[in-house]
Amino acid sequence: MEDQNTNSRRKFLKLGLISGVTAMAGASLVSCSSEEKKPESGEKMRLLTPDGKIVEVDASNINKYPEALITPAEARKGIPDRKFVMVIDLAKCSNARACVEGCQKAHNLDSDQEFMKIQLIQNNENTEPYWFPKPCFHCDEPPCVTVCPTGATFKREDNIVLIDNQRCIGCKFCMTSCPYSARQFNWGHKAKYDKKDQPYSPETSVPGAEGTVVKCDFCPDLLRQGQLPHCAKACPNGVIYFGDKNEDIVTNGEESFQFSKLITDRGGYRHLEHLGTKPNVYYLPPVDKQYPVERGFENEEEINERYKNVPYVKELKKQGKI
Amino acid sequence: MDIINRKKALVEEFSPMLEKYSKLTKLWIAFLVAVIIVGIVAFVLQVVYGHEITGMRDNVVWGIYIINFIFFVGISYSGAFISGILHFFKTPWKNSISRIVEIMTVIAMVIGPVFILLCIGRLDRLHYLFIYPRIQSPITWDIIAVMTDLIACFLYLYLTFIPDLAILRDNSENLNLPKWQKKMYKFLAIRYQDTPSQRHRLHKITRTMSTIVIVLAIVAYSVLAWIFSLTLQPGWNSTIFAPNFIIAGLYSGISVIIISMYFIRRQFKLEHYIFQKHFVIAGIILQILALLFGYFTFTDYFSKWFSTKIDDTILLNSLFSRYFIEFILANYIGILVPVLVIFFKKLRTVKMITFAAVIALLGLWLNRYLLVVPSLENPFLPIQETGPEYIHYSATWIEYSLSFTGIAAFLLIFTLLAKFVPIIPMSGIIENEEFKAKRIQKKDSPDEFDI
Ligand code: SF4
Ligand code: SF4
Repeated sequence: MEDQNTNSRRKFLKLGLISGVTAMAGASLVSCSSEEKKPESGEKMRLLTPDGKIVEVDASNINKYPEALITPAEARKGIPDRKFVMVIDLAKCSNARACVEGCQKAHNLDSDQEFMKIQLIQNNENTEPYWFPKPCFHCDEPPCVTVCPTGATFKREDNIVLIDNQRCIGCKFCMTSCPYSARQFNWGHKAKYDKKDQPYSPETSVPGAEGTVVKCDFCPDLLRQGQLPHCAKACPNGVIYFGDKNEDIVTNGEESFQFSKLITDRGGYRHLEHLGTKPNVYYLPPVDKQYPVERGFENEEEINERYKNVPYVKELKKQGKI
Repeated sequence: MDIINRKKALVEEFSPMLEKYSKLTKLWIAFLVAVIIVGIVAFVLQVVYGHEITGMRDNVVWGIYIINFIFFVGISYSGAFISGILHFFKTPWKNSISRIVEIMTVIAMVIGPVFILLCIGRLDRLHYLFIYPRIQSPITWDIIAVMTDLIACFLYLYLTFIPDLAILRDNSENLNLPKWQKKMYKFLAIRYQDTPSQRHRLHKITRTMSTIVIVLAIVAYSVLAWIFSLTLQPGWNSTIFAPNFIIAGLYSGISVIIISMYFIRRQFKLEHYIFQKHFVIAGIILQILALLFGYFTFTDYFSKWFSTKIDDTILLNSLFSRYFIEFILANYIGILVPVLVIFFKKLRTVKMITFAAVIALLGLWLNRYLLVVPSLENPFLPIQETGPEYIHYSATWIEYSLSFTGIAAFLLIFTLLAKFVPIIPMSGIIENEEFKAKRIQKKDSPDEFDI
């Protein structure tokens, strides 16, 4: 077991090589090369990286099927030796909503279904409102997992909380238990649920199933390929950093930081820390904001449409604040 | 010899209840069946189109279904509790109402859990609860508790039926009843001959069962309360939930008992078995429970109101604005009316007490609504969905229809059961009479017979 673990770990780390996330790959490489040598198979494979370079790697280093189906049973294990974290820099968010759209596209969601939600919130009446992107927090003490009667929702070793929609009975107890309203329900039947061209995996959350629960999954399918989750990739402002606590590194694809230093230096915090759910999503406070709040409404008709019924936004508009 | 004749006489006395279906009864049954049919249509629609056709959405994920679940299970639980107490303490006047209570207990326990099933998105996967059980989930506790309670209640009801079934078996030759019904009596009476030793044993088992049922009821209802109070949800995460549920359950149970006593007494002309005294006693219990329930509810809201916690404030603001009328109806009218009606001696008539019970019952349902819906509408992170149906819950006709179906099914089973065995236990009447006779003979040993 041990052996197998280290082996597959190495595979994953090496995979960083062929990823577009150079910073993350770099870190992975460093940490990997400091470890002991392992038997090479001798067989070499040539791969095309997303940024167009051709690299040659030993075949044994490659996760044989990087995009192969991860079955519900396999999805329960998680990626060995990883502890994924996300850091969201609230100072840079302009409500561009690219993360939402990227996520929706990848997970085949309708426009009103958002794994990542961007809320307009205010800490108290004396401070300014700010945009607050909210995925699932992949808590370390996840109440949603505790209450699930069938184990359809589970916590993996790599910090990720996933849902197996083939196991879920749709009791919705997890939805009332999540204090962050991170979960949604597939209320009705949709044609897209019947599409069987892509076999179901909890790691992709596709295809959906009627009468089951869905939520942000941290895109483990991309992580296995050494890539960033869709939201982090899509954000034009580089708001969303993603990485590994074990490696102590997070990156938004352009710049990377030492995770512990970043949250120490910039006053990183977790939302509603006092609930004790120990989220794995950290926020950097909205100080020296790069964009005024109103920017979130300027861009498009669609965005205005999106927030037209939100009580808080209505209230702010009434007060003439936005 | 005397007893045998007395049994015969009693069967004769109660036979119209069992034999005759008056026009009104038939109409009543037809009406109930019609309501149930509409409910079945609603259910099929819900299965075909999914939960989308209900008012439930991502925030209010359980609507009036779960409220009905709490409500029915509460009635059942309190029935078990009250009946257990009546049996255990050998209450002298228990005989007139004990069967009503026992039947109510079982029927409500059958119907309640159906409502939780209606909340479940994938009924086709229900068996996963047993294939992949996870014991730390309060839902699993609830399933275990509800199933155990259901079995216990069934057993208990059956035990209390046995003597009457035997009497009916022995005296049904002249009754104008379908053959299967007579066969059922014979089968279900399991050769009970009412010999002293059999009777003694049956009493003992029934008494043991009555204690078990009381304990189970408390456990089951606390577990149900924990489904809410063990979450972090503002408004739910409260230690008072379980005791409050217990009191609320008793409150609704005694109300249902009063209401059914009223109708049964009228329908079957049982004025000489169910007296005004029974109503007054039940009314006083109702009053005490109203006070307790009011006290519990008050403490819960008071500490929320006094606190400066933002989530509590938001929740209370919504209760005092959007839900103000419901709040007044549930927590003032629903509690004060029963208290006042019983308080004034002049008002303690059968009709007024029944009226108070109806108000209490409706108020309690609303109280449960206010416990569930506004809390879910005010999570920690304010709802910022676009669709208005995501922001505020309102039940659709599907949900209402199925709720009424629950009530109709309750009434229908009650009506039919009352046609199967006399609603006043004949065996109890006989025992009471024997007891009285014994007491006249030698006044000093009232405890010789179990009642
Ligand atoms: S944010 Fe909610 S859904 Fe996600 S892990 Fe935490 S409790 Fe579960
Ligand atoms: S809805 Fe599904 S995932 Fe959520 S608690 Fe129920 S079975 Fe588990």
